[in-house]
This record gives sequence, structure tokens and C-alpha cells, in this order.
Amino acid sequence: MSDLVAKDLSMVFDVGSGGQVHALKNINFTLKNGELLSVLGPSGCGKTTLLNIIAGFNRPTGGAVYLGDEEIEGPGVNRGMVFQQGALFEWLTVSENISFGLRMKGGTSKGSQKRVDEWLDIVGLSGFGNVPTYQLSGGMQQRIALARCLINDPDLILMDEPLGALDALTREKMQALVLKIWKETGTTIMIITHSVEEALLLGERLFVMAPRPGRIHKEYNLPFAEMGVTQDTRDIKNTPEFIQTREEILTMIWDMEEEIMGQT
Amino acid sequence: MLDFLFTYRGPIVGTLFLALIATIVWAVLYGRKLMRTEKSDAVFGNPERALGGWHWVITGVSFILLLWFYFSWDAARAFRPVAANEFCQVDKLSSAGNPIRSVLPLEKSFLKGTSLLVRENRQLSDLADDLERLGFSDTEKAEAKEIVSLMRLAIVGATSPQYLDASTQTRFVDIESRITALTAKLANEGYPGAPTAAQEEAAANIARWGDSGNEIPYAPATPLGYKFAAAAVEMKAISKDFIKIKNTNEHFLGQVDELKSQIAAFDTKAKAATGLDELLVENRADFFKGLTHVLRRVDDGNIFPPDALNGIQTALVALDGEQKSQQGGLKYFGALMMPGGEIRAGSNSCSEQGSGRWLPKPSDTLRTFVRISNPEIGYKGNPLLWYKMKPFGEMVDLVVPDFISSFVPGDFPRHDENGVVTPNLKSKVHDFVTGNFVSFKVPMPAGHVWDSLIRVVAGLFFGILLGVPLGLFMGLSRFSKGFFDPIIELYRPVPPLAWAPLILTIFGIQDDGKIFLLFMVAFAIMVVSARTGATGTNLSKIHAAHSLGASKGQILRKVILPNSLPEILTGIRIAIGVCWGTLVAAEMLAGTTGIGFVENVARKQSDYEIIWTTIIILGLLGLLFDLMMRWVIDKTIPWRGKG
Repeated sequence: MSDLVAKDLSMVFDVGSGGQVHALKNINFTLKNGELLSVLGPSGCGKTTLLNIIAGFNRPTGGAVYLGDEEIEGPGVNRGMVFQQGALFEWLTVSENISFGLRMKGGTSKGSQKRVDEWLDIVGLSGFGNVPTYQLSGGMQQRIALARCLINDPDLILMDEPLGALDALTREKMQALVLKIWKETGTTIMIITHSVEEALLLGERLFVMAPRPGRIHKEYNLPFAEMGVTQDTRDIKNTPEFIQTREEILTMIWDMEEEIMGQT
Repeated sequence: MLDFLFTYRGPIVGTLFLALIATIVWAVLYGRKLMRTEKSDAVFGNPERALGGWHWVITGVSFILLLWFYFSWDAARAFRPVAANEFCQVDKLSSAGNPIRSVLPLEKSFLKGTSLLVRENRQLSDLADDLERLGFSDTEKAEAKEIVSLMRLAIVGATSPQYLDASTQTRFVDIESRITALTAKLANEGYPGAPTAAQEEAAANIARWGDSGNEIPYAPATPLGYKFAAAAVEMKAISKDFIKIKNTNEHFLGQVDELKSQIAAFDTKAKAATGLDELLVENRADFFKGLTHVLRRVDDGNIFPPDALNGIQTALVALDGEQKSQQGGLKYFGALMMPGGEIRAGSNSCSEQGSGRWLPKPSDTLRTFVRISNPEIGYKGNPLLWYKMKPFGEMVDLVVPDFISSFVPGDFPRHDENGVVTPNLKSKVHDFVTGNFVSFKVPMPAGHVWDSLIRVVAGLFFGILLGVPLGLFMGLSRFSKGFFDPIIELYRPVPPLAWAPLILTIFGIQDDGKIFLLFMVAFAIMVVSARTGATGTNLSKIHAAHSLGASKGQILRKVILPNSLPEILTGIRIAIGVCWGTLVAAEMLAGTTGIGFVENVARKQSDYEIIWTTIIILGLLGLLFDLMMRWVIDKTIPWRGKG
């Protein structure tokens, strides 16, 4: 199937005056089809670089990433992206934004309008089809961004801090939505986040990354995402197991930050 | 309709003027009433404060119109149409006395004799100081000083009352009594008697104020006018006699003759000296020239004893006083309703001076505007904005490129032995693309305004067409940024008018040159704004589009172009303004049509009404363009500032 495989992935950036920064060093992992992965780490640990390489916006300086049997060499329709700030096209309406990918492939048929309506319904925006996007709230805009990339039926969805700019309440609702979509579509999802709670909840698997050089520091397999599909997310967050893991990871990241501060 | 308005412009303007005052008063009162209902502490926090309010708009517009009516003297003309003509007669009398007045300390600070005396004495002191550096021997120096002091004495001879001729004294007394007599006449109700038949006829046929531009009807037409005009004739004669009077007393003439011979003798002696260097010779010549000039001015006899003119001064002041009181209400009317200037009488015409001259009256301006708007009159052979019937073929020629006929196979036909040309397919196609066929006629807009408009639109069109794509590419590709940046950044800062002489020489002074000039202006602005828009595109939007399967071209057209629209539209708005300014200046520089051309011709002829008409047309067109652009911006990029 179309598993995501990273082999000896390295990324070295040249910085001024001949110096080099190892943004990523020897990253190896396999993400099976349909898995939900969240990536956590202090700033500067190469999370976004990893995501950009998988998306195809950057080429790694060493190693390779494979989706299925193909090596990733550039952006492609089989990988959908969701950004922190929706990156919506504000000159288009909600429907036009969602059908953007379909139109790029050529033509809009009646079938595609039907799919747009379905997706509007799934993300809870039915009736907003003809509204310009700039009139909507941040949460609604992220829903559109989700629908816009999901309508293309990607094998893998990459989310770069998708809920970072939302208020706490909207954030919880969106977390539930992401879980619902994951379960219903069975798509592989990779989420980058700053929030430990979010990482625990939205990660069947969780990578904690460490900086200098950017690497996977620790890997977890977690039950909370599976639980979240059926249970209320707030109840899950109050379970002793959840709290314990949260505290463990928080301490780990805290130490890493301390270490960075000590170095400089 | 226009004739009716023109005939009754007095009452119409008068009513309008009063209506404007009433409107301002009403709108201000209404505004104050609204203000009183606002809470005092909410005045600055009141969001409605920024909304203005139509009553304040009315107040502002009325105020501007009121100022225009007032300072152009249109209101004065409406309320008292004969005022200008009467002021003309008044100024005739004033200017008739000017030769006498200029000698007396009435408008100036000093008596003319005093000023002359001071000046000549200063010149003599300067000359005496110069003596030291002229290389004269001591005896020569003493001689020269003697001449200078003699000249001082001569001036004293002129100012001393004891030497004044009895005949001169009599003539002064005569002038004084004539002025006094004129004052008495002016005060007399009956003076100058009933107007003659010729005068009455002239008065009946007199033109109205402003019927011939800035000129005022010259002949008197009212009782007040007759009186002042008659007095002016008499005063002119008095002045003429006065300026003939010179100080020619025997003593003074003797002194002058003595001086002349002494200077001549000294000059001969000085010239006889040899072996002097050139500079010294030149300086000595200047010294003698100076002496002779002073003597000539003293010899003019314009310096009189200090009190000799007292009688004349008193009489003239009395005349001026009587003249003022004879004006009656007119002087108050002038002070109140004709601000910022006056009416001046020349030798054969009277004219408005000051704001009444350079600020044309609204009614006249409207009339001029309507007159030149009439397509049959227009301005310099062209209407302002009208249409012309043009054959459809001309449009075909304009739109379809001529080289199409070269692609048709075969040769163009030649004439045969009988001189007959048989057309073939190639020549028929050629006839078609060059518009050389009988066609129906279609109406096309024409005129000065249209010419200016089409130049701006054409320049803008090409500027946008080429500037936007280049700007977008420069915003996205390092190559095109680096390659084109020097060219554009070098020519862009040059003021467009600095290019004009060159461009107009290369492309011609008619449409081509101007359109190219405007293209250059618009192109630079569009490149810069499109580039700003393209570089400002959020990278995540491009990434999103890319991962949604858009190709490079699609990203350019569907993401970067719409994302740059706010900058591009702002650029167009700026370009329109700059293009207008450049166009009008370029049209003033050269050409035979266009609004700038009209204004330039009017400037050469000092035709203030046309100048103001063109200014108003330009203002309205600019406003129209800007409103249009605002509407376009509101409709096309409502998301601006919200993305």
C-alpha cells in the first residue's frame, strides 16, 4: 500500500560565513497507510522542514522519502497540505476554494459540484457555499482548508500547526473534526503541533523531535486518538493515563529547551 | 434659453447669491441643532463624527460658490450693473489729476522737490568722495570742489522763495483757483448740464458690463458718470498746464550758465593732461558725466521752494474730498461688493484689475462653457466633446493589420495597355484591410476632451497590458528582476515631462508621441505595483495551490494575479492621475488638440474664462475617473485588507 517511508533523511542548511546547520539528521521511520502521526518538539527542531520535504517543497540533502513505491521529488496531488493560516484564496467563494483542486485538474462537472456539497456537509459548512471566505471566522476558514485538500482524495494529509491560530473552544471542536475525518476517510495524516495535549490526542503515533541536529528523540504509540473517535475529547484529557504521558513529554521538552538555552 | 439667461443674468445671479447666503445660514443652523442633540462627552468618541453630513456638504459648496460670486464681482454686477461704468468715470477724474498728485506728498511720503533735492545732494557727495582717487593735483581738486559746492548753491537757489519768479507764482495761483473752481462745479447739482444728444445716444447704445471680456464700457451713461467725465476733461487740461510750469528764476538760470562754463573749462583742462593710464582716463570721464547729469536734472527746474505748492495741494485735497462725497453710495458699494481690486481708466478704455480680472464671473464662465460646448463653435476648429460620422472602412483600417494582404498568393495587378486595372483577390483583400471600400458611416466621438481622454486611455491600456505581466515576472523570477530592474529604475525617476521633448520628436507631436509618453508613465507604475503585488504573495498560498495540483501557469493566473489585484488596481489609480497631469502638460508643450492645448491657447490670450473652464473640466474628469476606480476597486477586490 502507500506507506510513507523516510530513509536516512538529512537536511543541511548553509548559513552565513560558511557555517552549516543540521536541520535534520538521519531520520528513519515508516508511517503505515491510515495511521495518524503527530510530531512535537521545541522550536528549531526541524518539524516544519520535515513536513516541507514530505510535501515536496524542499529536496533533502541526504536520503529520500517514499510514498508507496515512488520517491517524493516535488509537490503532488497525492499529498494534501493544511497550513496554520488557512492560505485560502480570498478572491474565491467557499465552494470555489474547495473545488480549486478539481478545477486545476480540468473542468467542473455536475459530479464535482455534488462532491463540493458533500464536503461542505462533512466539515459543517453547508449553506456557506457562496459566501466569500474573508467573511468567515478562523475556525470556519480551517474547515474550508481541510475540505479543500480532502476533496482531492490524497493518500496523505500534512498539517502544519493547523489549529495554532484558533481559540481554545474552536480548537477542541476542530480536533474532534480531524479525528472524525481520519476515521471516516481512513487517510494517513501527519500533524505538526506545538501543543502537547493536541499531539497526544491527535496521534496514534507521536514523534518527539529534538534539535541540533534535528532528530526523532522518542516515539510513542498512543490509544487516545482511537478513544477520541467515540468518546468526548475532554473526558479523555482528564484520564490519569493522559495526564501522566502529558507530564512526561512536557518535562522532556522542558529539558530540551533548558539545554538549548544553556548552549547559547 | 442661453440668450434668456444671458439677458437676465443680473436678477438670476442676484437671486442665486441671496439664496446661497440663505442656504449657508440654514445649513449652519441645522447643523448646530443636530450638534446640540449629541452628548457633549461623546463628541470625539462619536463614530458619526467621521460621516460628515450632507448639510455640511451643502454649506461647503455654497461657501465656495459664494466666494466665487463675490470675488469675481458677479454679485456686484448683479446688484448694480452700472457700478463699473461709474467707477470708470470716477477713475478718469482721479487719473486726470495724477500728474499734479505725483508732485505733492499726497500718495507718496515726500514732496517730489524734496526727493529730488536729497538725491542730487547724495550724488554730489559721492562725486566729491570720488575726487580723491582720480589723480588730480591739489589745485585741480580745489577747483572741482568749488564746482560741486556751486552746484549745491544752485539747488538752494531753486528752493529759495526769494528768487522765485513772480510769473511762476501767478501761474501756481491760477492752477489753484482753477482746481477750486472745479471743486465748486463738482458740488453743483446742475453741473455739467443736460447731456448732449450725442452723449445720450452713446449712453443708449452702450454695452453692458462684461459683454466684452474684462473691458468696461468707456463712455459715461449716468448723471454721476456725466459729472465725473466732464470734470475729468477739465482736470486733464489743468494738469497739462501744471506740468509746463518750471522753476526758471533769473538768479537760478545765471548760476546754471556759470556752472556749465566752469565744468566745460575743467573738463578741457583735465583732458589735456597726458601720460595717464586708461583706467584713470575712464574714471575722469565718468566723473564729468556724473557732474553733467546732475546739472541737467537740476536744470529741469522741477525743484520749487518748499511752500510754493501748498495752495495747489490744499485745493487738490479739497477736490478729492468733494469727489469722494459726490460718489455717494457708489464708494460704499465698491468697498463692500468689489473686493480685491479696482476699476482702472486708461486713455481709451476701462478695465477690471485684481480678482475681478483673473477670477471670471460664474455667469460668464458658464456662458463661455456652454458656447464652446456647442459642437458647431467649439474651440480652435474642434468641439469639446461631440461625435463625427466616420466611414466604417476607417475603423477596419485601424483594427485590421495591413500586412494581411501580403499573405494572399499571387501578385498585385498591373495596369494594362489601355490603362485599366483589373482587380484580383490580392488587391481586393488589400482594399479591404486598408479601408479603401465604400462603407456606411458610423458615429465616432470627437473633440478636445475626447482626444485627451483617448490618449490617456490608450497610454494606460498599453501600460497595463505590458507592465502587469512584466511586473509579475519580476516579482517571481530572479532573472527578470535583475535583467529589467536597471532599465526601469533608471527611466522611472525621470520626470515624464523631461522625456517629452525627446519622445515628441521621435514619435511626433500628435497622438503617437503623447500616447507613448503616457505609456512610459503608466508602464513604470504598473511594473512596480504588479511586482510589489507578486512579491507580496503569501508563500503558503502558492504552496497550497501547488499541492492542490496547479501547474506553474495556473498558479500565476489563478493565485498570484488575483492576489496582486489590490496593488495593481491601486497602481492603475495612481497611473490615471499621473497620466492626466503629464498629458495636459504635454499638450501645452505641443499639439493642436486636447484640453491642455485649449488651456495653453487661452493662457496666451489671457482668456481667463476659458482657463477656468478647462480647469473645471479637468477637475470633473479627474473626479469621475477616481470615482470610477473606487467603484471598480470596491467591486473587484472587496477582500482587500481582510485576507
